[in-house]
Amino acid sequence: MDFDLSEEQRLLQDSVAKLLADKYGFEQRKAYMKAPEGWSREVWSQFAELGLLGLPFAEDEGGFGGGAVDTLLVAEQLGRAITLEPWLSTVVIGGGFLRNGASAELRSAMVPKIAAGELLLAFAQAERQSRYDLFDVATTAKKDGSGWSITGRKGYVVHGDSADALIVTARTAGGQRDQRGIGVFLVDAKDPGVQRRGYRTVDGQRAAEVEFANARAEAVLGNPEHGLPLVDQVVDETIAALAGEAVGAMQVAHDMTVDYMKTRQQFGRPIGSFQALQHRAADMLVALEQARSMSYFAAMSAEERDPLERRKAMATVKVQIGRSARFVGQQSIQLHGGIAMTMEYACGHYFKRLTVNDAMFGDADHYVRYLADIGGLVQAA
Amino acid sequence: MDLRFTDAEIAFRQEVRDFIAKELPVATRERMLAGKSPTKQMVVDWQRKLNARGWAAPEWPKEAGGPGWTLAQRYIFREELQQAPAPSPLGFNINMCGPVIIEFGTEEQKKRFLPRMLNLDDWWCQGFSEPGAGSDLAGLKTRAVREGDHYVVNGQKTWTTLAQHADWIFLLVRTDPNAKKQEGISFLLCDMKTPGITVRPIITIEGGHEVNEVFFDDVKVPVENLVGQENRGWDCAKFLLGNERFGQARVGASRERIRRLKVIAQESLDGGRPLMEDPEFRRKVTEIEVELKALEMTVMRVIATETKRKDKKPDPATSVLKIKGTEIQQLCSELLMKAAGPYAWVDGDPDEEGGGNDVDVAPDWALGLAGVYFNWRKQSIYGGSNEIQRNIMAKAFLGL
Ligand SMILES: Cc1cc2nc3c(=O)[nH]c(=O)nc-3n(C[C@H](O)[C@H](O)[C@H](O)COP(=O)(O)OP(=O)(O)OC[C@H]3O[C@@H](n4cnc5c(N)ncnc54)[C@H](O)[C@@H]3O)c2cc1C
Repeated sequence: MDFDLSEEQRLLQDSVAKLLADKYGFEQRKAYMKAPEGWSREVWSQFAELGLLGLPFAEDEGGFGGGAVDTLLVAEQLGRAITLEPWLSTVVIGGGFLRNGASAELRSAMVPKIAAGELLLAFAQAERQSRYDLFDVATTAKKDGSGWSITGRKGYVVHGDSADALIVTARTAGGQRDQRGIGVFLVDAKDPGVQRRGYRTVDGQRAAEVEFANARAEAVLGNPEHGLPLVDQVVDETIAALAGEAVGAMQVAHDMTVDYMKTRQQFGRPIGSFQALQHRAADMLVALEQARSMSYFAAMSAEERDPLERRKAMATVKVQIGRSARFVGQQSIQLHGGIAMTMEYACGHYFKRLTVNDAMFGDADHYVRYLADIGGLVQAA
Repeated sequence: MDLRFTDAEIAFRQEVRDFIAKELPVATRERMLAGKSPTKQMVVDWQRKLNARGWAAPEWPKEAGGPGWTLAQRYIFREELQQAPAPSPLGFNINMCGPVIIEFGTEEQKKRFLPRMLNLDDWWCQGFSEPGAGSDLAGLKTRAVREGDHYVVNGQKTWTTLAQHADWIFLLVRTDPNAKKQEGISFLLCDMKTPGITVRPIITIEGGHEVNEVFFDDVKVPVENLVGQENRGWDCAKFLLGNERFGQARVGASRERIRRLKVIAQESLDGGRPLMEDPEFRRKVTEIEVELKALEMTVMRVIATETKRKDKKPDPATSVLKIKGTEIQQLCSELLMKAAGPYAWVDGDPDEEGGGNDVDVAPDWALGLAGVYFNWRKQSIYGGSNEIQRNIMAKAFLGL
């Protein structure tokens, strides 16, 4: 058993931390949010220079050959700065589909562009009725000569407004909630059949509602008759990255709170001297460390080959991360008092991101139910 | 002991309900159903309707312009407003400053201010908290120095809710810097149009503008606007804070939120079925309903003992109401957000008509629910934080 990072991993962590310390102060973040795309192209090209955009791809394809632990480390740093750039959409989700579902040709065409920061991807999966069920898909894909034509409506496509290409789940056969008959398609965002309406999400990120009307698919990812296992796998890998992001954000929310407790004076002494608050902050630390442990478990399980074991592991991760994020987020506001209720103070922004992080690809409640339905984690003696 | 309502009380409830059904503007109700605060105009119009009916200040005695209701009637009335949902009478006027003037004010002050408070001719705001004086309110530093027939006020208030709408502000100021901290404070009434006052907005985390900083730079307040005695303002403050805590129970409001939650849970799908059909979700909602029922009974007990109390000291039992009431409201706001699922992510500007759904990216019922959840974290912070309420209880009930 070894939780230590390699020298390379430590370097990676440090270089991202250094970049973000330099480029992602609270005021800088505010300015990025105000930019038309809602994030910074300049920071994006620095991500490219650092190798963060090619991180998970094989070296001979133009990537850096990073694994799940590397992804986790980067995600955690990005969570610490609650960055707004489409890294998760492009590199983790998009990258996941390319690594696990694309032909070698497609990869060789796309990976170098992604790594250079020239190609942005977004995942168009959820629909009005689907909530957190990845298999609930009404959007259709019809054979159209040698290709496919996509029709339907996708909601809350994170970073869908700035993406160059969309990865779309669509039904090639079966009924709306059938597990089989789902394909994954790559669609040019500028296809005349694609209409996007971008908006801001409550945590300051961007998303889009996307309508496909006979949009032409440029490529198929995985098996068009049964793409759900691919989707599950990529979402599971994404959950591991989300765990990293949440831990990074929780760490900062916690640190800010403890620092504030040491400086804020009421009744002639620091509020950190009140035992009620000390205990609460200690409980926040417990929640944070439990979450951190789970983020390691997530990185370890992301490469698990048995899909059921992997799903189960990620459900477990989601529950703990979600519960911890809720407690740390809520209490970081509470222990600050009024100041953390303001837009001008960073803490609230961490709380908001943690709230959305929990809901991405299913909240803690969703996964508790899943785990309970399959009999939990521990077998009866 | 008989906890049932009498026939007369049941008839009264119907009378209130009929009045609301007939008089409450649809736009006001819809806005509140969506979880948003009513606009200034909505609050003013509604309060004037209530006032025309003699119902603007349910708790005030008849001679002050109140309806002279029994405790049960007051309770029923507020519950019906909250459940409608309709705006409550403006708290700053009716539950905070008004009662202080009734209790501690002069006859002139009563004549001058109370009728205008009732009719919302003057919108009041609460100038208590300061950057350095939150939980430790008595640590406030805003200075008032008497010069002839005026006090000259210098300093800063913060978190002043809806100061941007306000015509008047009631203030706690330090008049004797040498006395023990609770003993050098006075309660002043100040016209917001007085030269030297600057109001600066504070934007809260969900994007709304409901709080402000208020700066005082040589602001002259006539001495006749002092309420009670100089340096005895802390008595007024304690009296007022007890009322504020009481008002935080908001049983009717939580019941309304649960109703709304159940409507949304019919529309929102989970696992291909209405969320309401999920036993896990139903169990969660039911747990809250039980807590709310218990709170309702506790509120009634506190009301009942209130009548028998001789002194005007705030009842520490109101701390129980504040803690439980805000916890329940916060849970409701969280469940509403969760019920909407990812739709709740759309950043709807709470101050904008239509709440930012101009691009139609979510069902209307889902908009702004995350914003309300974020915003309602304030409830366990203001009105004396929930930690401070526990301190009060530990001291008053437990003798610790
Ligand atoms: C949205 C909003 C609206 C408001 N509206 C108004 C208004 O209209 N008028 C007005 O005057 N004020 C208003 N307030 C101010 C409110 O009353 C204060 O925020 C509150 O009193 C807490 O003070 P603080 O924010 O300075 O936090 P602090 O007092 O600094 O508290 C920080 C943390 O320390 C804890 N703490 C402090 N002392 C103790 C202790 N002895 N033991 C244990 N824990 C302790 C608190 O519970 C909190 O968790 C409003 C606040 C908000 C957020």
